[in-house]
Amino acid sequence: MRPAQRRWIFLVGAAGLAAFYLWGLSGLPGFGNYPGPYGFIINRIAVGQTNATGVVSTINFDYRGFDTVGEEFILFAAAAGVATVLRRLRGEREQSTVDEAADRDVPTTSSAIRMVALLFTGPVVVMGWWLASHAQTNPSGGFQGGVILATAFVLIYLSGEFLVLKRFSPVALTEVVEAVGAGGFAAIGVSAVAMGLPYLKDFLPLGTVPGAVSSSGTIALISFFVGLEVAAAFILIIGELLEQTLLIRQGGR
Amino acid sequence: MQYFPFVVVVWILCVGLYGVVTSRHLVHQIICLIVVQSSTYVLLLGVGYLTGAVAPYFYDVPVHTPAVDPVVQALALTDVVVEAAVTALLLSFAIQAHKRFGTLDPQELASLKG
Repeated sequence: MRPAQRRWIFLVGAAGLAAFYLWGLSGLPGFGNYPGPYGFIINRIAVGQTNATGVVSTINFDYRGFDTVGEEFILFAAAAGVATVLRRLRGEREQSTVDEAADRDVPTTSSAIRMVALLFTGPVVVMGWWLASHAQTNPSGGFQGGVILATAFVLIYLSGEFLVLKRFSPVALTEVVEAVGAGGFAAIGVSAVAMGLPYLKDFLPLGTVPGAVSSSGTIALISFFVGLEVAAAFILIIGELLEQTLLIRQGGR
Repeated sequence: MQYFPFVVVVWILCVGLYGVVTSRHLVHQIICLIVVQSSTYVLLLGVGYLTGAVAPYFYDVPVHTPAVDPVVQALALTDVVVEAAVTALLLSFAIQAHKRFGTLDPQELASLKG
């Protein structure tokens, strides 16, 4: 199919989609008039039931916790999938670090980037850790904190070399952390079952001050494990993608 | 005007789809798919919005303050996680396609027998 034909078919389809969509909008409650009951019921009861002030985290890690187990394992499977797709195939060999174009000027990493990356690494770790441990208080949680923790390792890569990144996050250790994070979440759920409660039922003391770090029982603990899992999964995925620059096909194009 | 955010949703969706359809580079195509998915964030957050309500966090406001729907916000979080997973996998497929066929143009790839 030629690109022009392709574009025309798309435009006809998009016009149909837009027409049906706009037709469907008429009769819906407009923006800002949401009538759905569930969210508002949860808003009313969540703080009293769980002692957590961040209702979104309460839904993610408690009311809808079982879904979030699946969500966490999606990321786990993605990290495993990337490692599988990018495994060393037959005929691939690792490129030596010998400079193959010695006559060309390769700009070295500027000291400004090195300095800024090094300066930011510490604060980024603290911020990621803070986010991962405050799911019960404010708009944070394991997913957000985990991604930011992984960013700290990318800053190490920016400030040095890929090999330095490998030294700071050895694959075996990162995989163990990922497994502990993913398994910890599931294990909390199973411990509730072992006590005769429903899966993922909050069984820890809820604390006294709503939204404090010590409040909300398992919500804070689950968020911490999710943070570990997400950070490790992202470090693994980024590492796998960067490692591809070291691999070439034999007789490569 | 009361449907404006929902019109923005379908606009983002169509712009992204147009990019997917006409793309000449796999990485560009993957980014267009991310644009398509971004329309769902706007949809989810737009659906749950309540005029004059606060965010569903009751750390510094009283518990009975009207707040927007937290369920769709939790769904948006799931959406982001799925997008990250899908993007990572697609990018690694793009790397393998380039290794195997030496091209990242989807229209050339389609005409190859693999």
